[in-house]
Amino acid sequence: MAKRIDVSGLSAYYGSFRAIEDISMTVEPRTVTAFIGPSGCGKSTFLRTLNRMHEVTSGGRVEGKVMLDDENLYGPGVDPVAVRREVGMVFQRPNPFPTMSVFENVAAGLKLNGSYKKSELADIVEKSLKGANLWNEVKDRLNKPGSGLSGGQQQRLCIARAIAVEPKVLLMDEPCSALDPISTLAIEDLIGELKERFTIVIVTHNMQQAARVSDRTAFFNLAAVGQPGKLIEIDDTERIFSNPSVQATEDYISGRFG
Amino acid sequence: MSHAAAVTDQRPSTLRGASLPKWSPWAIAAGSVAVSVGIGLAAGLDSKVQWGLIAGLIFLVATYGIAAGVEGRRQAKDRIATALVWVAFLVAVVPLVSLVWVTVSRGVKVLDIYFLTHSMGIVADSQPGGGIYHAIIGSLEQVGLATIIAAPVGILTAVYLVEYGRGGLSRAITFFVDVMTGVPSIVAGLFILSLMLIFNMEPFGFAGSLALAILMMPVVVRSTEEMLKLVPNELREASLALGVPKWRTILKVVLPTSIGGIVTGVMLAIARIAGETAPVLLLVFGNRFINNNPFEGAQQSLPLYIYQQYANSAGANAAYDRAWAASLTLIAFVMILNLAARAIARWKAPKTGR
Repeated sequence: MAKRIDVSGLSAYYGSFRAIEDISMTVEPRTVTAFIGPSGCGKSTFLRTLNRMHEVTSGGRVEGKVMLDDENLYGPGVDPVAVRREVGMVFQRPNPFPTMSVFENVAAGLKLNGSYKKSELADIVEKSLKGANLWNEVKDRLNKPGSGLSGGQQQRLCIARAIAVEPKVLLMDEPCSALDPISTLAIEDLIGELKERFTIVIVTHNMQQAARVSDRTAFFNLAAVGQPGKLIEIDDTERIFSNPSVQATEDYISGRFG
Repeated sequence: MSHAAAVTDQRPSTLRGASLPKWSPWAIAAGSVAVSVGIGLAAGLDSKVQWGLIAGLIFLVATYGIAAGVEGRRQAKDRIATALVWVAFLVAVVPLVSLVWVTVSRGVKVLDIYFLTHSMGIVADSQPGGGIYHAIIGSLEQVGLATIIAAPVGILTAVYLVEYGRGGLSRAITFFVDVMTGVPSIVAGLFILSLMLIFNMEPFGFAGSLALAILMMPVVVRSTEEMLKLVPNELREASLALGVPKWRTILKVVLPTSIGGIVTGVMLAIARIAGETAPVLLLVFGNRFINNNPFEGAQQSLPLYIYQQYANSAGANAAYDRAWAASLTLIAFVMILNLAARAIARWKAPKTGR
């Protein structure tokens, strides 16, 4: 059920400012693709164009094509709400809904969409929490507030919430940057398991993390501040980290940046 | 060891300076009160308010002078800032406490079940007896109807401004809400009165509700707007990213997260309009008898009752007592609303417990 993403000639704008320019890449189903690059080069912006979250920001607009299998996300008549049900997202900072319990948080996507059967709900919540490796830690406190969990647990709760609606693709925007190394390890293990079922795209500032979890790595860079970010290259992670074809990639990875 | 200690003792410490003892602010306060009483008696000042202001001034000056002399100028500035905060606190609290005290002590005289359950129907304003039942009914109905009109419109306007509003229209709405906040209540009353005159209508309760709704709406919009802005954008994005439509995100995530603050804002707005007299005087007119129907005939309301008892009774003590008792009822009504708002805010607040 995982789907292929095929991006061609994509540019994204904030008002009149072009944040990313002419990006084309293919993301294979059931793989993990990592985006690396300096701050402000448009990794997160590009990630958000993949489930039409970019246009939620005021002034955000997109040119180009994003094919999910054989459907253009930016085609005429495409409902962004339907796109986001296919392409889920996990954010940098854990953001469980503060008014809801652990159970309600995981069930939120289904409940708020109104597309569920009551009898199935408990099963789906259990399955999602198990999928996020959180079930054993929270099974006795499903009715406690979700914001009472630790930061790492909250982030896994957000992953459980995202996979409960059975998306085809899971986007992760620096999911570990607010977490300690042990919680990070838990999330990285989880990513390894989740790629059996989903297509995963992850933005990270941690190059070791990109090397550990991803199959393919894309390097983004920008010529100067105020210039749009560009995709420099995308290749197998091993190649990117051992023998990249572009000098700038090697400079960035080896710390000789700038 | 002893040698080292002796050496440090001989040098003047740069970290420790002379300092006033801990009880000095109290002593200065007591001294300035004593001096002001002396001045007051000597100069024959009648007003206790003047005594208090003199005491406050002497306290400020003495604090600065003594501290500057003993501790140095920087500490003196620190002390005078502390003293100013205390004086400001007292200036704010003393009138408030005295207002509540006077209202309670004068209001309890005639406030009993009989007073709360009878109208002024057969009692002349100058005679003892009678009650405020008709005024309570009128106030509850007028304020209730005003809330039913103003709260939904105000909350929805705030939702539009925060969640959807872009560009010219939302700027215009914000501007007019600001203007409406400054509309004097008598002007709102006159506006409704002009409509009533066009349609040749007699005073009735609902007309007052309309004027009160005009006064209430901007307050609700402003407070709700602030509460909605406090909801982190991350929650909206989390919900949208789950494929939840925007309207359901607002309904199920944004509003529940901020419901406590919104309710508090509405309650405060109700408290504000519950004490309005001018539009009620123009539009509801006042009535000695019980009128349960807000849509026909003149009604009474608590603030209007207080005004009329004071104004129309030619100095009869019975009327003054009733006015104070009605004031106490009005204050109690507003306080109960505030307590209810706090209870709801605490009950609905986002939970953080483990």
